[in-house]
Amino acid sequence: MEERQITLQIDHHFVTVPEGTTILEAAQKIGIDIPTLCHIDLKGTCIRNNPASCRICVVEVEGRRNLAPACATRCTEGMVVRTSTLRVMNARKIVAELILSDHPNECLTCPKAGNCELQNLALRFNIREMPFNGGELSPRKREVTASIVRNMDKCIFCRRCESVCNDVQTVGALGAIRRGFNTTIAPAFDKMMSDSECTYCGQCVAVCPVGALTERDHTNRLVEDLADPDKVVIVQTAPAVRAAIGEEFGLPAGTLVTGKMVAALRELGFDYVFDTDFAADLTIMEEGAEMLNRLARYLDGDRSVRLPILTSCCPAWVNFFEHQFPDLLDIPSTARSPQQMFGSIAKTWWAEKMGIPRERLVVVSIMPCLAKKYECDRDEFKTDGNPDVDYSISTRELARLIKRANISFTLLPDMDFDQPLGTSTGAGVIFGTTGGVMEAALRSVYEMYTGKTLKDVNFQAVRGMQGVRRATVDLDGFELKVGIAHGLGNARHLLDDIRHGRNEYHAIEIMACPGGCIGGGGQPLHHGNSAVLYARANALYREDAGKTIRKSHENPFIKTLYSEYLGKPLGEKAEHLLHTHYFNRSVQ
Amino acid sequence: MKILTIGDLRTVRSEAVKKLMLREQSDSTVSEGSSGLDTGTARMQVLVCGGTGCKASSSRLIGERLKERLTEKGIADRVDVITTGCFGFCEKGPVVKIIPDNTFYTQVTPDDADDIVNDHIIGGRRVERLLYVDPKTGQSVSDSKHIDFYRKQMRVALRNCGFIDPENIEEYIARDGYSALADSLLHRTPEEVIDEVKRSGLRGRGGGGFPTGVKWGFARKSVSDVKYVVCNADEGDPGAFMDRSIMEGDPHSIVEAMAVCGYSIGSSEGLVYIRAEYPLAIHRLKTAIGQAREYGLLGENILGTGFSFDIEIRYGAGAFVCGEETALIHSMEGKRGEPTMKPPFPAESGYLGKPTNVNNVETLANIPVILTRGAEWFSSIGTEKSKGTKVFALAGKINNVGLIEVPMGTTLREVIYDIGGGIKGGKKFKAVQTGGPSGGCLTEKHLDIPIDFDNLVAEGSMMGSGGMIVMDEDDCMVSVARFYLDFTVEESCGKCTPCRIGNKRLLETLNKITDGRGTEEDLKTLSTLGKVIKDTALCGLGQTSPNPVLSTLNHFHDEYLEHVRDRKCRARQCKALLTYFINPASCIGCHLCAKNCPADAIIGDVRKPHVINPDKCIKCGMCMARCRFKAISVS
Repeated sequence: MEERQITLQIDHHFVTVPEGTTILEAAQKIGIDIPTLCHIDLKGTCIRNNPASCRICVVEVEGRRNLAPACATRCTEGMVVRTSTLRVMNARKIVAELILSDHPNECLTCPKAGNCELQNLALRFNIREMPFNGGELSPRKREVTASIVRNMDKCIFCRRCESVCNDVQTVGALGAIRRGFNTTIAPAFDKMMSDSECTYCGQCVAVCPVGALTERDHTNRLVEDLADPDKVVIVQTAPAVRAAIGEEFGLPAGTLVTGKMVAALRELGFDYVFDTDFAADLTIMEEGAEMLNRLARYLDGDRSVRLPILTSCCPAWVNFFEHQFPDLLDIPSTARSPQQMFGSIAKTWWAEKMGIPRERLVVVSIMPCLAKKYECDRDEFKTDGNPDVDYSISTRELARLIKRANISFTLLPDMDFDQPLGTSTGAGVIFGTTGGVMEAALRSVYEMYTGKTLKDVNFQAVRGMQGVRRATVDLDGFELKVGIAHGLGNARHLLDDIRHGRNEYHAIEIMACPGGCIGGGGQPLHHGNSAVLYARANALYREDAGKTIRKSHENPFIKTLYSEYLGKPLGEKAEHLLHTHYFNRSVQ
Repeated sequence: MKILTIGDLRTVRSEAVKKLMLREQSDSTVSEGSSGLDTGTARMQVLVCGGTGCKASSSRLIGERLKERLTEKGIADRVDVITTGCFGFCEKGPVVKIIPDNTFYTQVTPDDADDIVNDHIIGGRRVERLLYVDPKTGQSVSDSKHIDFYRKQMRVALRNCGFIDPENIEEYIARDGYSALADSLLHRTPEEVIDEVKRSGLRGRGGGGFPTGVKWGFARKSVSDVKYVVCNADEGDPGAFMDRSIMEGDPHSIVEAMAVCGYSIGSSEGLVYIRAEYPLAIHRLKTAIGQAREYGLLGENILGTGFSFDIEIRYGAGAFVCGEETALIHSMEGKRGEPTMKPPFPAESGYLGKPTNVNNVETLANIPVILTRGAEWFSSIGTEKSKGTKVFALAGKINNVGLIEVPMGTTLREVIYDIGGGIKGGKKFKAVQTGGPSGGCLTEKHLDIPIDFDNLVAEGSMMGSGGMIVMDEDDCMVSVARFYLDFTVEESCGKCTPCRIGNKRLLETLNKITDGRGTEEDLKTLSTLGKVIKDTALCGLGQTSPNPVLSTLNHFHDEYLEHVRDRKCRARQCKALLTYFINPASCIGCHLCAKNCPADAIIGDVRKPHVINPDKCIKCGMCMARCRFKAISVS
C-alpha cells in the first residue's frame, strides 16, 4: 500500500512527508534543527525513547492552545508550524533553566563535560545565569558498581536508560520510582544496581545525555601501573575499538585506526601491545570444537546433549542468562570470552615463556564494553586472588588518556602488534560486530567438519543489522541451522523459544548490545546516529577482507600455542585454562 | 429472580414500584403536618443516611437503634428502616427522614431513636429539637422541600441518592432502573443511542468537559476485537466527593450506564477504576454488580438480545494524576501511573492497546436518565453549551457544607448564598475556588456569572469535577495559592520537566513570599513561569496546575504586592509577616503574657508596661490570647 503523503508548513517552508512523520522528522528533512533532549531514535535498531517529557522541543502549531512537542506530534495536512517564535524560544529557555536548577553545578569535574547534551543546550539557549538557583535539589542516590557509576543527582529524567533497559534489553533493572520532584530512576524498591538484574551491558550509559550514568574509570590506576618500574604492563585491544576510537579524534565514523591505536598504546608506555583478536581465534578453536562435539553426539542419537549451543563471549549476555534463564545454564558454550582467554594464556604460557612472575604482570584490556570490567573481576577468573585480566578500560577512557598524554593521535605512524599474542586472523577481527562470531566459527567448523577447504569465507547471510537473523549452512550435505541475535530483548525471544521446546537452531550467536561490540556501552557516543554503527561494522569487514589469513585455525601462533602448551582443543589443559561454568544468579 | 426478557423486567418493576409507592407519593407532595401510627397512618418508613459522612457520625447505629425500638414496640412490620445514600446536607448530618410526612431530622444521634419512635412514629408528634432551624427566620422547618439548601437544587445525577436503598436492585428498578439498558438493547441501534447522547449535549463531568456522545462515537468507530468501557472513579480533588456519593447512593446507575456504553461502542468488558480509599463506595458497587449479575442484567446474553457485558473493579492507590485517562489506563495495566501523549486517544488505543472509552462517574450517572427522559428534556436544562445539571461539593467557609446539584447556568451567588446559606460567622465573602487544584479562584465580581464550562474557563478557572471551596476575609490568597500548589507538587507524577521542576520552583517562590522574603521580581517570576508551565506541560494536571497562582495573582494582585512590598498579610495568615506588640497604655504589667510566652520573648517589670522582643517572637499568638486587658495587638 502506498504511504499517504502530507504537506505542511514549517517556518514558512513547505515540506511533504509520509503520514505518521513527526514534526521533528519533517523539520530535519528541510534542515531545521529543533533542539531535543529526552528523545532518541537510533534508526535501524530498536533503540528508541520518545516519552515527550523534557519539553525542550516544543513548537508552535497554529490553532493549538498550547505548545506541541515536535518529537511526538505527528504532522497533519495543512499544519502550520513555527519553531523559533519568541514564545517558543522563551519556553524552551525556561524549561532548560528549570532542568539546570535541579542539576548540580559540577561541570568542571563531570566526566561528561564537553560531551553533555544538557551543557550543549545551555550554550545554545544562551543561558548566562540561573534564575531558579537556590531551589531545592531532589535527593538522589549515588552508586559505584564494578562497571557503571550512577550519579543520580545529575539525572534529568529523560528516561532513555529506562527505555533501553526495559524495552530494548528487557532486563528491567532501571525504572522510575517515587513521584513528582522526588522521582528518580533506580532498580525496583530503590535497590542498589549491583543487587539488581543489571547485566552491565552499559547501554544505559551509551544513551545517557548527561553525567548521571557513566563508566567506572580506571585510567588513573592505569597511569600508576604504567609508571611503576617493577610492573610489566601489557595490553590487549578488542576488535571493535579500532573501528571507533578514531571518532574521538575527529575522524569520520568507520575510520580504521588499528596501527595508530597500537602506536598510541606504545607511546603511553605499555610494555607489550597485544590483540584480543588472537584470543578470539583461540575462542573459535575451543567453541568450534565444542560445537562439533555436541553436534556429533547429537547426530549419533545422544539425547542428553542439548542444542543449540550458544556463544558465550559477551559478558553482559552471560549475566543475562545467569539472572533470567538459570534453567538453561547448560546450553551456552563453556568457552571463556576472548578477554578472559587472553588473560589466562598471558599469565601462564606467555608469562612462563618470558619468565615474568604473575604478581609483577599487569594485564589490561581495552574494550568497547562496560560489562568486561565486571567480567574480569569475577572470582572464577582469578588465581589465588590474582585476576587473569587486572582491569578493563573502555574505548572512551583510552581516548581520554591519549589526549591527557599529549599524544597527537591522528599524526601517529601505523605500528604493528607485538608477537606472539598480537597475531590474528580476519575471523578474529569480525568478532566485533553482530554475526561476526558466528561467521568466524562457520569458517573453521566447515573445514573441521567436512575436511574440505572453504572456497568463499564470506557468509553474507549472517551479516547485517536485523535484530534476529537465521541462516542454513550446507556442511557437505548436513544442513547446519544457525541464528544470530543482538540486543538482549531479541535474545530473550530465542531463549523463550528454547525454554518452551520450540528451538529450530543448532547454534546461536548472541551479543547483548545492538550492533554487537561496535555498539558497546564503552564506545564513543553515537548521539542517536545509527549511521555510526553501520560505518563501524563495515570497517571491521574491511579489515577482515584485507587480512591474508581469515580462518582462526590457520593462525600460526594459535597452532604454536596448542603444540607447545595446550595440546588439543577441549583437552585437559584447555578445559582448565579456557573454559568456565555458570551460576544461577536469579534475583528474587 | 433472573430477568430474561423485557417482560420479566416489567414484572419486577411493577412489584418493586408498590414498595416504593409510599416514598414516591410523599416526595411529590409537601406535607405540613406530621403523622404517626396512632394517628391513623398505616405504614411508615424511616430513611437513614448511609453516606460516608453520616456513617462516620454513627448513622449505622442510629438505624440499628431504631430497628431495636420498633421491634420492642412490636411495630417493626409496619415501619421500615431503610439505609439510603447521601442526602447531601452533610453540614447537618446524620440525617433521618420520616415517610410519609417528609419530616427531615438533622444531627441525629443514636440516643434520639427513642424519641423518634415514641413521639413521632407512634405518637405522630415531631421531635422539635431535631428539626432544621432556618438561620434567616429562626423558625424550624419540617419538610426538606422548605429548606433553602434544597429549594434551588435540581437532582438529576443524584436523583436516587437519599431516596432508595442503594443495596437493593429492585428499588433502583422501581425508579425506571435498567429500562434505558433494556430499551437500548431492544429498540435502538448503537448509533441511535450515541446520537441520543450527542443530542443531549452531555459533556464530561470529570473536568475536561468533552462531549460524551462524540467520545462514544470515536470508540464505536475504532475497529477491534476487544474494546473496553472504563468508569473513572478516581476522584482526587481535595474536598470533592460527588462521585463517591453517587457510587454510594446509586451504584446501579453506573452499572447500567456502563452496559449501555458497552452496547453503544461494541464492548463487552467494563472496568471501574476506583480509589481504594473509598471502601463504602467499593462495597456498594460490588453489591450492585453482584445483584445485576444475579438478575441477569450483567453477564451473557442480557435480556436475550445476545449482548453480553460484565464489569470488573480495579483499585487505584490514591494518585491524583491517575484521574487523567491515560495515566489511569497505565495504572490499570500495572504500569507506573503517569500520562502519555495524546494522540493516540484511548478511543483508538487505550487499555492493553485496545479502544477504550473512559467516562467519569457523574457523567455516567446522567446516561440512564437521558435515555429514559430523552435528549430534548436534558438539553432543555442548562445553558447554550453546557447542558443538564452539575453536582458540586460545597466546602470551606460556608454555612451549608454538603453536596448539591443545580442546573448549569445557576449563578455563584445562588449557590453560595441561597443554597450554601452564605458565609460562616457572618464574615465577608472573598473568593471561591472551583475546579480544585486545577481551577482558579473567582471573586465578588464573578458572583452573578452563570456557572457553566465555558464561563468558568473564560474567567481563568474551570469546572473541574465540581469542588467548590469558599473563602472569606480571613483567608490569605497567597496562602491559598500555596496550598493548592503544594498539593500539585505532591501529586505530580514527575514525568515532564515543567510540572516536576516548574511547579516546585513556583511553590518555592510562594513560600518565599509568605515567609516575608519576597520581592516584586518574584511576582513576575510567578507569572512568567506559570504561563510557561501551562504552555509546555504534558498532561492536564501540569497544564492547569499554575491556575490557582495565576488567578489569585490576577484577582488579588494588591494582596501579593502587600506581601512583598509592605511585608503585610491582611488576612493575618502569614505568620512571618505578623508583628505582635503591646500597647503601653493598656498594659498593667501583670506579667501573665511573659509567663505564657514559649519563646521568652516578652520582658518587663511587674506593674510596668511590657515589651515584645521581635527577634525572639515566634508569632504563636499565645500572649494575645492570654492578655486580659486587650493590650496586645497584631499587625
